[in-house]
Amino acid sequence: MSQKTEKLIDKKGLRIDGRKPDELRPIKIEVGVLSNADGSAYIEQGKNKILAAVYGPKELHPKHLALPDRMVLRCRYHMAPFSVQERKSPAPSRREIELSKVIREAIEPAVFVEYYPRTAVDIFIEVLQADGSTRCTSITAASLALADAGIPMRDLVAACSAGKVEDMIVLDLNDVEDKVGTADVPVAYMPNLGVITLLQMDGILTSEEFEKAVNLAIEGCMKIYAMQREALKAKYVSVKEVEE
Amino acid sequence: MTAATTVVRVKQKQIAQLIAKGKRLDGRGLTDYREIKIEQGIIERAEGSAKVLLGKTEVMVGVKIETGEPFPDTPNEGVLTVNAELVPLASPTFEPGPPDENSIELARVVDRGIRESKAIDLEKLCITPGKKVFVIFVDIYVLNHDGNLIDASALAAMTALLNTKMFNYEVENGEVKIKPGYTPLPVRRHPVAVTFAKINDRLVVDPWLEEEQIMDARLTITTDDDGNICAVQKGGSGCFTPKQVFEAVQIAKEKAAEIRKKLGW
Repeated sequence: MSQKTEKLIDKKGLRIDGRKPDELRPIKIEVGVLSNADGSAYIEQGKNKILAAVYGPKELHPKHLALPDRMVLRCRYHMAPFSVQERKSPAPSRREIELSKVIREAIEPAVFVEYYPRTAVDIFIEVLQADGSTRCTSITAASLALADAGIPMRDLVAACSAGKVEDMIVLDLNDVEDKVGTADVPVAYMPNLGVITLLQMDGILTSEEFEKAVNLAIEGCMKIYAMQREALKAKYVSVKEVEE
Repeated sequence: MTAATTVVRVKQKQIAQLIAKGKRLDGRGLTDYREIKIEQGIIERAEGSAKVLLGKTEVMVGVKIETGEPFPDTPNEGVLTVNAELVPLASPTFEPGPPDENSIELARVVDRGIRESKAIDLEKLCITPGKKVFVIFVDIYVLNHDGNLIDASALAAMTALLNTKMFNYEVENGEVKIKPGYTPLPVRRHPVAVTFAKINDRLVVDPWLEEEQIMDARLTITTDDDGNICAVQKGGSGCFTPKQVFEAVQIAKEKAAEIRKKLGW
């Protein structure tokens, strides 16, 4: 894994895909892409292609799992077998189970769960193609799908990773940087409230580097947040035009 | 909701008010650990083992070593596998059955600390590159759940790895032949996990069960011997401000250094 096949940062300080250290990959977001779901969103970030759908609020089965004072938020993060180089078994891996949990916990602080007691809301995330930092891209899409479903929220959750690649702190790691880089720090953030809702890290960083990475990731989240708002407006503005 | 969590909800206000004054229900300060007791080498059949008591939380770890194939992307390295079992005798909330998301998260957070700090020299565990390597199984067994399973499990896993004995061997025609005697596992780093609970917007170190049941969110920071951060995990359905995160990093470094000093690591 640590065997370097190519330089990740060139002499001009540009990254393997030509980006500057603090530059995001190209992002395309579309809201309301699935007709059966109550809310949905599709996002492309670099070569990441991810679909998120929300079903609910609905009755919870089995009923004994329902909570008297709030909704139960459930989340499934799943990768398509063809989303990665070597075919991935469709059965949920330990990684997918952990990610489903941390993604749910990243989204939950944004949702007014107490508005819908005894109900369930399901978030389904399908990674159609993976290109590094999929958990962040998934959170960005999932929070838009929730908003599209009309679930009351405190804020949108935007997510972005930062990391260390060849002694440089960089934003939004792609697949190669994620695998060969020294460290990966995924962050989810609610910009209006100024709080972090997902924070993980693996690799080795000094506390100064870690602080720098978290702050850089938050800057990335702010940029993604602006794109999320535009994507939501794009859907609802166009609906309005049709009605008039 | 079980009866136990209902009782805690009644106490919620009291716990939170005390924490606002910098005190805790069990008499500790906000950054104090409970008493840590460690026993090691307690399972003779395992190549390494340890039991950690963190207050009333009790975690046992056994290390087993087998031979197996390396991962294709790391042909010269041994394999480290961490698994956690929340056995039903440890808590009324643990059910028998396949690992749930909590035990998978526990195992993966402990795994990340050991792996990313490069605590074990995995290259020394290679027998025949690309063909045969040693596989280290670290099995975490939670025996009594009274909060902060991550820190207790991480401590128990490192203690067990430190007293793991590898059988001596020689390779004959590609077959591993066991020779008499043992050598210690090549452990070179000592990652320590420090977990915080956020209650009423204050951070407390080493939350016990009742604090975990009412906490808004959880944050684990694992640091290595040089004070570098090697793993972070936020859990729970709440949030942290960036300032709280950076404050936690500093406390985690201090606490981990204290623990390392106490254990002679």
